[in-house]
Amino acid sequence: MNGVWEWFAWLNQAHGINLPVFYDSYDRQRFFAGLLTTLELSALSVVASVVIGLIGAWLLGTSSIIARRLVHGYVHAFRNTPPLIQLSFLYFAVGNLLPRLEGVGGSSRPLLDGFAWAVITLSLFGGSFNVEIFRSGIEAVPASTIEAAESLGFGRWRLYRHVVLPLALRICLPALSNNLVNLVKTSTLAYAIGVPELLYVSAQVWSDTMNVREMMNLLLVAYVGIVGVLSFGLRRLETALRVPGLGTVGGRI
Amino acid sequence: MLDTIAERPAPAAVASARPAAAPAVMLANVRKSFGSTRVLNGVTLSVKRGDVTCVIGPSGSGKSTLLRCINALTPVDAGTVVVEGIAVHDPALDKLALRRRVGMVFQQYNLFPHKTALENVMMAPIHVLQEDREEVEARAVALLTKIRLLDKAHCYPGALSGGQQQRVAIARSLAMRPTIMLFDEVTAALDPVMVKEVLSTIRDLAEEGITCILVTHEMGFAREVADQVCFTDHGIVVEEGPPEMIFTQPEDPRTRDFLGHVTF
Ligand SMILES: Nc1ncnc2c1ncn2[C@@H]1O[C@H](COP(=O)(O)OP(=O)(O)OP(=O)(O)O)[C@@H](O)[C@H]1O
Ligand SMILES: [Mg+2]
Repeated sequence: MNGVWEWFAWLNQAHGINLPVFYDSYDRQRFFAGLLTTLELSALSVVASVVIGLIGAWLLGTSSIIARRLVHGYVHAFRNTPPLIQLSFLYFAVGNLLPRLEGVGGSSRPLLDGFAWAVITLSLFGGSFNVEIFRSGIEAVPASTIEAAESLGFGRWRLYRHVVLPLALRICLPALSNNLVNLVKTSTLAYAIGVPELLYVSAQVWSDTMNVREMMNLLLVAYVGIVGVLSFGLRRLETALRVPGLGTVGGRI
Repeated sequence: MLDTIAERPAPAAVASARPAAAPAVMLANVRKSFGSTRVLNGVTLSVKRGDVTCVIGPSGSGKSTLLRCINALTPVDAGTVVVEGIAVHDPALDKLALRRRVGMVFQQYNLFPHKTALENVMMAPIHVLQEDREEVEARAVALLTKIRLLDKAHCYPGALSGGQQQRVAIARSLAMRPTIMLFDEVTAALDPVMVKEVLSTIRDLAEEGITCILVTHEMGFAREVADQVCFTDHGIVVEEGPPEMIFTQPEDPRTRDFLGHVTF
């Protein structure tokens, strides 16, 4: 590994391409901590937004009018407003209403830190789209298939678990992939509330080192890599779930 | 040929559980409307245990609705539906108890597209009855053998022909070990060879003592295999009786008119 770091030091000396995040141990430490934060933020939001989407779509299918109204209200609120405003609103307005935790020596800190608020906002933002995506998938499951399962004695929950969801997931996976990729990219907004994620630490590095051009390129490469891994995984899932006679013929990788 | 459904109680044993005279299915004055469309106008019908009953009649006369009332896919507006002693018209009906005994096969097969033929057959016993997987698999393999589709066990429905899908759909229902089977125009989308295959499967079931009710346009089959033929028109049972009577000396002019258009 040291060889790699030294190569970047040489790159700086010989060609003036300055990437201290590789050869300088302090910058390296904060850059990779930022990368890790972005990965955690993305992974938690992706998982939570899918769970929110599933629960919301399930509630939309129940007979409770109150539950359906609540889900509709939530979807409208989070789908139709900019995520940056949601983040600021939750962090500054709602966050300040929560009780603070007492620390040592009379100091106190907020109940939820910026990272937690970023996860919550991103999950709610992505989840509002996922509700609609799952709903469209569920509604595309033919009524006749559902009746066949009912005739076999499947009750509501088993029907959902074994027939409706597996089919709905296959139908809506392309749309879901789009939204999850978008969500990972939206995680850079956490910068605005001071979460030390990848964009935030990169900005710190370039203000210290004045290497904006290099850091911008590095950021782009990093996001292409992160999103690439996610899309690759989702494509693999799509291929693994593909069955004959369902969905599109094309779309091979 | 008929011994492949293992562990099924002998028909005699099933019958002895209740007075032999009690009908397997009994409908009395059943009414059903969809909005302002009256579909069933007081249907009365009784089906003996182990009999094959064919329901015939013009399109839109309410045949499918009649079948769907028997397994509670369509709730009735009025009248009584009693299936093996279960009051199906009762709003407090235990649907699972009913559907364990009544299998239904549809014209469009409606297999689960994300499951292989074998998994389609195994799904309900495993998830609904929560039976032991190995036992269920053995039974499913026996059923696929019986319908001569064991070589297609690991194919998805999308890779099966219509006739093959229809036979898998029948096996899927049989895996629940029903005592009554409902078939709604199951041969309508099949070529003549497939029709024969599916009908011979149904004939086998009848010989095993399963009560079969079919909506069908296969008059030849009805004439040959049915114990009872039932002619419906405009939401009522116009005439019912043994096939030789309905087909040779129908009493009602509407039956005569309908059969006049049928070629055997
Ligand atoms: N869910 C429904 N909503 C409204 N009308 C319905 C519904 N189901 C059936 N009908 C109407 O009820 C009538 C009888 O339908 P049904 O499917 O029982 O007829 P059928 O005898 O099975 O006809 P076919 O031989 O064409 O299958 C038709 O006029 C149909 O339009
Ligand atoms: Mg019909």
